[in-house]
Amino acid sequence: MKRPLPRWTGAGAAALGLLFMAYGLSRGEMEVVFAKAVKLCLECIGIG
Amino acid sequence: MDKKGSQRVRHGVQALWAFLSNSYLAGFAQGRIYQGKLKNLCVPGLNCYSCPGALGACPIGAMQAVIGSWNFKFAFYVSGFLIFIGALMGRLVCGWLCPFGLIQELLHHIPLGKKVTSFPGDKLLRKLKYAVLILFVILLPMFLVDILGQGTPWFCKLLCPAGMLEGGIPLALLDAGIRGAIGWLYAWKGVLLTATILLSILIYRPFCKYLCPLGAIYALFNPISLYRYRVDPESCTHCGVCAHACPMQVNPAETPNSPECIRCGKCVQQCPTNAIHR
Repeated sequence: MKRPLPRWTGAGAAALGLLFMAYGLSRGEMEVVFAKAVKLCLECIGIG
Repeated sequence: MDKKGSQRVRHGVQALWAFLSNSYLAGFAQGRIYQGKLKNLCVPGLNCYSCPGALGACPIGAMQAVIGSWNFKFAFYVSGFLIFIGALMGRLVCGWLCPFGLIQELLHHIPLGKKVTSFPGDKLLRKLKYAVLILFVILLPMFLVDILGQGTPWFCKLLCPAGMLEGGIPLALLDAGIRGAIGWLYAWKGVLLTATILLSILIYRPFCKYLCPLGAIYALFNPISLYRYRVDPESCTHCGVCAHACPMQVNPAETPNSPECIRCGKCVQQCPTNAIHR
Protein backbone atom coordinates (compact mmCIF):
# COMPACT_ATOMS: atom_id res chain seq x y z
CA MET A 1 0.00 0.00 0.00
CA LYS A 2 1.32 3.47 -0.90
CA ARG A 3 1.98 5.92 1.92
CA PRO A 4 -0.91 8.34 2.28
CA LEU A 5 -0.25 11.95 1.35
CA PRO A 6 0.13 14.29 4.34
CA ARG A 7 -2.92 16.16 5.58
CA TRP A 8 -1.47 19.55 4.76
CA THR A 9 -1.96 18.79 1.05
CA GLY A 10 -5.72 18.71 1.58
CA ALA A 11 -5.69 21.79 3.76
CA GLY A 12 -3.52 23.59 1.24
CA ALA A 13 -5.82 22.64 -1.63
CA ALA A 14 -8.84 23.84 0.36
CA ALA A 15 -7.11 27.16 0.97
CA LEU A 16 -6.26 27.42 -2.73
CA GLY A 17 -9.88 26.72 -3.55
CA LEU A 18 -11.01 29.55 -1.32
CA LEU A 19 -8.49 31.90 -2.93
CA PHE A 20 -9.71 30.93 -6.38
CA MET A 21 -13.30 31.52 -5.31
CA ALA A 22 -12.43 34.94 -3.90
CA TYR A 23 -10.61 35.92 -7.08
CA GLY A 24 -13.43 34.67 -9.26
CA LEU A 25 -15.95 36.60 -7.18
CA SER A 26 -13.85 39.75 -7.42
CA ARG A 27 -13.87 39.69 -11.19
CA GLY A 28 -17.58 39.09 -11.51
CA GLU A 29 -17.79 35.40 -12.38
CA MET A 30 -20.65 34.79 -9.96
CA GLU A 31 -22.83 37.11 -12.03
CA VAL A 32 -22.16 34.94 -15.09
CA VAL A 33 -23.14 31.83 -13.11
CA PHE A 34 -26.30 33.52 -11.86
CA ALA A 35 -27.26 34.80 -15.31
CA LYS A 36 -26.97 31.29 -16.73
CA ALA A 37 -28.67 29.52 -13.83
CA VAL A 38 -31.81 31.69 -13.77
CA LYS A 39 -32.47 31.36 -17.51
CA LEU A 40 -33.91 28.12 -18.79
CA CYS A 41 -31.00 26.19 -20.28
CA LEU A 42 -32.44 24.94 -23.56
CA GLU A 43 -29.33 22.88 -24.28
CA CYS A 44 -29.62 21.14 -20.90
CA ILE A 45 -33.25 20.11 -21.41
CA GLY A 46 -32.72 18.85 -24.94
CA ILE A 47 -34.32 21.68 -26.87
CA GLY A 48 -31.48 23.62 -28.26
CA MET B 1 -25.26 0.58 14.05
CA ASP B 2 -25.76 -2.60 12.01
CA LYS B 3 -24.43 -3.06 8.50
CA LYS B 4 -27.67 -2.14 6.72
CA GLY B 5 -28.36 0.73 9.11
CA SER B 6 -25.45 2.86 7.96
CA GLN B 7 -26.45 2.52 4.33
CA ARG B 8 -29.98 3.55 5.29
CA VAL B 9 -28.54 6.64 6.94
CA ARG B 10 -26.57 7.39 3.78
CA HIS B 11 -29.62 6.94 1.56
CA GLY B 12 -31.54 9.14 3.96
CA VAL B 13 -28.94 11.89 3.68
CA GLN B 14 -28.92 11.54 -0.11
CA ALA B 15 -32.70 11.78 -0.29
CA LEU B 16 -32.89 14.69 2.13
CA TRP B 17 -30.23 16.66 0.25
CA ALA B 18 -31.87 15.86 -3.10
CA PHE B 19 -35.16 17.18 -1.76
CA LEU B 20 -33.69 20.28 -0.10
CA SER B 21 -31.68 21.27 -3.15
CA ASN B 22 -34.73 20.80 -5.39
CA SER B 23 -37.43 22.13 -3.09
CA TYR B 24 -38.71 25.02 -5.20
CA LEU B 25 -42.10 23.39 -5.44
CA ALA B 26 -43.67 26.40 -7.18
CA GLY B 27 -41.46 25.50 -10.14
CA PHE B 28 -43.12 22.11 -10.50
CA ALA B 29 -46.56 23.62 -9.99
CA GLN B 30 -46.10 26.39 -12.55
CA GLY B 31 -43.63 24.89 -15.04
CA ARG B 32 -40.87 27.43 -14.43
CA ILE B 33 -37.45 27.57 -12.78
CA TYR B 34 -36.30 29.31 -9.61
CA GLN B 35 -34.71 32.69 -10.27
CA GLY B 36 -33.77 33.75 -6.77
CA LYS B 37 -30.41 34.66 -5.23
CA LEU B 38 -29.52 31.09 -4.20
CA LYS B 39 -28.69 30.46 -7.84
CA ASN B 40 -25.52 32.46 -7.30
CA LEU B 41 -24.28 29.38 -5.45
CA CYS B 42 -23.27 26.01 -6.81
CA VAL B 43 -24.50 22.77 -5.28
CA PRO B 44 -21.77 20.15 -4.82
CA GLY B 45 -23.40 17.34 -6.84
CA LEU B 46 -24.72 16.95 -10.38
CA ASN B 47 -28.08 18.75 -10.32
CA CYS B 48 -29.35 20.55 -13.41
CA TYR B 49 -30.20 24.19 -12.76
CA SER B 50 -33.06 23.85 -15.24
CA CYS B 51 -34.83 21.41 -12.94
CA PRO B 52 -38.02 23.28 -11.94
CA GLY B 53 -37.21 22.63 -8.29
CA ALA B 54 -33.49 23.42 -8.34
CA LEU B 55 -32.40 26.12 -5.92
CA GLY B 56 -28.71 26.19 -6.81
CA ALA B 57 -26.47 26.10 -9.84
CA CYS B 58 -24.99 22.92 -11.28
CA PRO B 59 -21.21 23.25 -10.94
CA ILE B 60 -20.52 21.57 -14.28
CA GLY B 61 -23.06 23.72 -16.09
CA ALA B 62 -21.73 26.80 -14.30
CA MET B 63 -18.16 25.95 -15.26
CA GLN B 64 -19.08 25.68 -18.92
CA ALA B 65 -21.04 28.93 -18.73
CA VAL B 66 -18.05 30.86 -17.41
CA ILE B 67 -15.51 29.17 -19.69
CA GLY B 68 -17.83 29.80 -22.65
CA SER B 69 -18.49 33.44 -21.78
CA TRP B 70 -16.97 36.08 -24.00
CA ASN B 71 -15.08 37.77 -21.16
CA PHE B 72 -13.71 34.89 -19.09
CA LYS B 73 -11.87 31.78 -20.20
CA PHE B 74 -11.01 30.31 -16.80
CA ALA B 75 -13.66 29.76 -14.15
CA PHE B 76 -11.92 30.69 -10.89
CA TYR B 77 -15.12 30.89 -8.86
CA VAL B 78 -16.47 27.49 -9.90
CA SER B 79 -13.05 25.80 -9.99
CA GLY B 80 -12.32 27.22 -6.57
CA PHE B 81 -15.60 25.84 -5.25
CA LEU B 82 -14.84 22.38 -6.66
CA ILE B 83 -11.27 22.45 -5.36
CA PHE B 84 -12.51 23.50 -1.91
CA ILE B 85 -15.20 20.81 -1.75
CA GLY B 86 -12.89 18.21 -3.25
CA ALA B 87 -10.12 19.02 -0.80
CA LEU B 88 -12.53 18.71 2.11
CA MET B 89 -14.28 15.50 1.13
CA GLY B 90 -13.30 14.14 -2.30
CA ARG B 91 -15.90 11.79 -3.72
CA LEU B 92 -17.87 11.74 -0.47
CA VAL B 93 -20.05 14.15 -2.47
CA CYS B 94 -20.77 11.35 -4.96
CA GLY B 95 -21.69 8.91 -2.24
CA TRP B 96 -23.75 11.20 -0.02
CA LEU B 97 -24.81 14.42 -1.82
CA CYS B 98 -25.44 13.73 -5.50
CA PRO B 99 -29.11 13.36 -6.51
CA PHE B 100 -28.24 11.68 -9.79
CA GLY B 101 -26.05 9.18 -7.97
CA LEU B 102 -28.98 8.40 -5.67
CA ILE B 103 -31.27 7.78 -8.64
CA GLN B 104 -28.80 5.29 -10.14
CA GLU B 105 -28.45 3.50 -6.80
CA LEU B 106 -32.20 3.18 -6.41
CA LEU B 107 -32.47 1.79 -9.94
CA HIS B 108 -29.77 -0.76 -9.12
CA HIS B 109 -31.96 -2.14 -6.36
CA ILE B 110 -34.53 -3.25 -8.94
CA PRO B 111 -34.27 -7.06 -9.05
CA LEU B 112 -34.11 -7.45 -12.83
CA GLY B 113 -31.40 -9.16 -14.82
CA LYS B 114 -28.02 -10.37 -13.65
CA LYS B 115 -26.06 -7.64 -11.90
CA VAL B 116 -22.72 -6.98 -13.58
CA THR B 117 -19.81 -6.19 -11.27
CA SER B 118 -16.98 -6.33 -13.77
CA PHE B 119 -16.41 -6.87 -17.49
CA PRO B 120 -13.49 -6.63 -19.94
CA GLY B 121 -12.68 -3.00 -20.56
CA ASP B 122 -14.13 -1.73 -17.28
CA LYS B 123 -10.79 -0.32 -16.10
CA LEU B 124 -10.19 1.49 -19.38
CA LEU B 125 -13.73 2.84 -19.50
CA ARG B 126 -13.21 4.43 -16.06
CA LYS B 127 -10.76 6.83 -17.74
CA LEU B 128 -13.46 8.03 -20.13
CA LYS B 129 -14.91 10.47 -17.59
CA TYR B 130 -11.62 12.38 -17.56
CA ALA B 131 -11.76 12.69 -21.35
CA VAL B 132 -15.38 13.91 -21.06
CA LEU B 133 -14.27 16.52 -18.53
CA ILE B 134 -11.38 17.80 -20.64
CA LEU B 135 -13.14 17.74 -24.00
CA PHE B 136 -16.80 18.53 -23.35
CA VAL B 137 -16.60 20.67 -20.21
CA ILE B 138 -13.39 22.59 -20.85
CA LEU B 139 -12.07 22.57 -24.40
CA LEU B 140 -15.23 22.65 -26.51
CA PRO B 141 -16.90 25.51 -24.59
CA MET B 142 -13.59 27.37 -24.66
CA PHE B 143 -12.73 27.02 -28.35
CA LEU B 144 -15.91 26.23 -30.23
CA VAL B 145 -17.40 29.70 -30.01
CA ASP B 146 -19.80 31.83 -32.01
CA ILE B 147 -19.10 35.15 -33.68
CA LEU B 148 -19.40 36.91 -30.30
CA GLY B 149 -16.86 34.60 -28.68
CA GLN B 150 -19.46 32.69 -26.66
CA GLY B 151 -19.29 28.95 -26.21
CA THR B 152 -21.99 26.32 -25.71
CA PRO B 153 -22.31 23.96 -22.73
CA TRP B 154 -21.43 20.91 -24.82
CA PHE B 155 -21.54 18.41 -21.97
CA CYS B 156 -24.99 19.58 -20.94
CA LYS B 157 -26.16 19.67 -24.52
CA LEU B 158 -24.89 16.34 -25.78
CA LEU B 159 -24.15 14.04 -22.84
CA CYS B 160 -25.85 14.91 -19.58
CA PRO B 161 -28.79 12.65 -18.73
CA ALA B 162 -29.47 14.52 -15.47
CA GLY B 163 -30.68 17.60 -17.34
CA MET B 164 -33.10 15.47 -19.30
CA LEU B 165 -34.46 13.69 -16.24
CA GLU B 166 -34.63 16.71 -13.95
CA GLY B 167 -35.48 19.39 -16.49
CA GLY B 168 -36.34 18.12 -19.96
CA ILE B 169 -39.06 15.69 -18.96
CA PRO B 170 -40.81 17.71 -16.21
CA LEU B 171 -40.78 20.90 -18.26
CA ALA B 172 -42.06 19.16 -21.39
CA LEU B 173 -44.91 17.77 -19.30
CA LEU B 174 -45.68 21.15 -17.76
CA ASP B 175 -45.16 23.54 -20.68
CA ALA B 176 -46.84 23.32 -24.09
CA GLY B 177 -44.26 25.64 -25.65
CA ILE B 178 -41.44 23.33 -24.71
CA ARG B 179 -43.39 20.31 -25.92
CA GLY B 180 -43.80 22.03 -29.27
CA ALA B 181 -40.06 22.59 -29.59
CA ILE B 182 -39.06 18.95 -29.11
CA GLY B 183 -36.77 17.68 -31.84
CA TRP B 184 -33.80 15.45 -32.53
CA LEU B 185 -31.71 16.68 -29.61
CA TYR B 186 -34.51 15.82 -27.20
CA ALA B 187 -34.74 12.38 -28.75
CA TRP B 188 -30.98 11.86 -28.45
CA LYS B 189 -30.96 12.89 -24.82
CA GLY B 190 -33.95 10.64 -24.26
CA VAL B 191 -31.94 7.73 -25.64
CA LEU B 192 -29.03 8.62 -23.35
CA LEU B 193 -31.28 8.82 -20.33
CA THR B 194 -32.99 5.53 -21.17
CA ALA B 195 -29.61 3.84 -21.61
CA THR B 196 -28.44 5.23 -18.27
CA ILE B 197 -31.57 3.98 -16.54
CA LEU B 198 -31.34 0.50 -18.05
CA LEU B 199 -27.62 0.22 -17.38
CA SER B 200 -28.12 1.38 -13.80
CA ILE B 201 -30.37 -1.60 -13.18
CA LEU B 202 -27.56 -3.94 -14.24
CA ILE B 203 -24.42 -2.00 -13.29
CA TYR B 204 -23.90 0.00 -10.11
CA ARG B 205 -23.74 3.73 -10.93
CA PRO B 206 -22.58 3.43 -14.58
CA PHE B 207 -22.73 7.20 -15.20
CA CYS B 208 -20.60 7.88 -12.13
CA LYS B 209 -18.06 5.25 -13.12
CA TYR B 210 -17.65 6.04 -16.80
CA LEU B 211 -19.00 9.47 -17.79
CA CYS B 212 -19.45 11.95 -14.95
CA PRO B 213 -17.04 14.88 -15.28
CA LEU B 214 -17.88 16.04 -11.75
CA GLY B 215 -16.91 12.65 -10.37
CA ALA B 216 -13.71 12.94 -12.40
CA ILE B 217 -12.87 16.24 -10.69
CA TYR B 218 -13.59 15.00 -7.18
CA ALA B 219 -11.72 11.75 -7.90
CA LEU B 220 -8.50 13.75 -8.24
CA PHE B 221 -8.88 14.88 -4.64
CA ASN B 222 -9.60 11.51 -3.01
CA PRO B 223 -5.92 10.88 -2.17
CA ILE B 224 -5.52 14.26 -0.44
CA SER B 225 -8.93 15.17 0.94
CA LEU B 226 -9.23 15.91 4.63
CA TYR B 227 -11.98 13.26 4.90
CA ARG B 228 -10.30 10.02 3.94
CA TYR B 229 -10.04 6.37 4.88
CA ARG B 230 -7.14 4.78 6.72
CA VAL B 231 -6.39 1.08 6.96
CA ASP B 232 -4.74 -0.12 10.16
CA PRO B 233 -2.02 -2.48 8.90
CA GLU B 234 -1.93 -4.29 12.24
CA SER B 235 -5.64 -5.12 12.15
CA CYS B 236 -5.99 -5.83 8.42
CA THR B 237 -5.80 -9.55 7.62
CA HIS B 238 -6.19 -9.06 3.83
CA CYS B 239 -9.25 -11.26 3.93
CA GLY B 240 -10.76 -9.51 0.89
CA VAL B 241 -14.17 -8.85 2.47
CA CYS B 242 -13.88 -5.10 1.84
CA ALA B 243 -13.00 -5.58 -1.83
CA HIS B 244 -15.92 -7.97 -2.25
CA ALA B 245 -18.30 -5.52 -0.57
CA CYS B 246 -17.20 -2.49 -2.59
CA PRO B 247 -19.78 -1.59 -5.23
CA MET B 248 -17.20 0.47 -7.14
CA GLN B 249 -14.81 -2.52 -7.36
CA VAL B 250 -12.12 -0.82 -5.29
CA ASN B 251 -9.86 -2.88 -3.04
CA PRO B 252 -9.83 -0.66 0.08
CA ALA B 253 -7.12 -2.75 1.77
CA GLU B 254 -4.75 -1.82 -1.07
CA THR B 255 -6.03 1.64 -2.07
CA PRO B 256 -8.30 3.04 0.65
CA ASN B 257 -8.44 6.42 -1.09
CA SER B 258 -8.74 5.23 -4.65
CA PRO B 259 -10.10 7.83 -7.12
CA GLU B 260 -12.97 5.41 -7.74
CA CYS B 261 -14.10 5.31 -4.11
CA ILE B 262 -17.34 7.20 -3.46
CA ARG B 263 -16.96 6.87 0.33
CA CYS B 264 -20.20 4.95 0.77
CA GLY B 265 -18.71 3.26 3.85
CA LYS B 266 -19.67 -0.31 2.98
CA CYS B 267 -16.08 -1.47 3.43
CA VAL B 268 -15.91 0.15 6.86
CA GLN B 269 -19.10 -1.62 7.91
CA GLN B 270 -18.15 -5.02 6.48
CA CYS B 271 -14.55 -5.24 7.71
CA PRO B 272 -14.50 -8.10 10.26
CA THR B 273 -11.55 -6.63 12.19
CA ASN B 274 -12.64 -2.96 12.01
CA ALA B 275 -9.36 -2.19 10.28
CA ILE B 276 -10.75 0.60 8.09
CA HIS B 277 -11.22 3.96 9.78
CA ARG B 278 -12.68 7.23 8.62
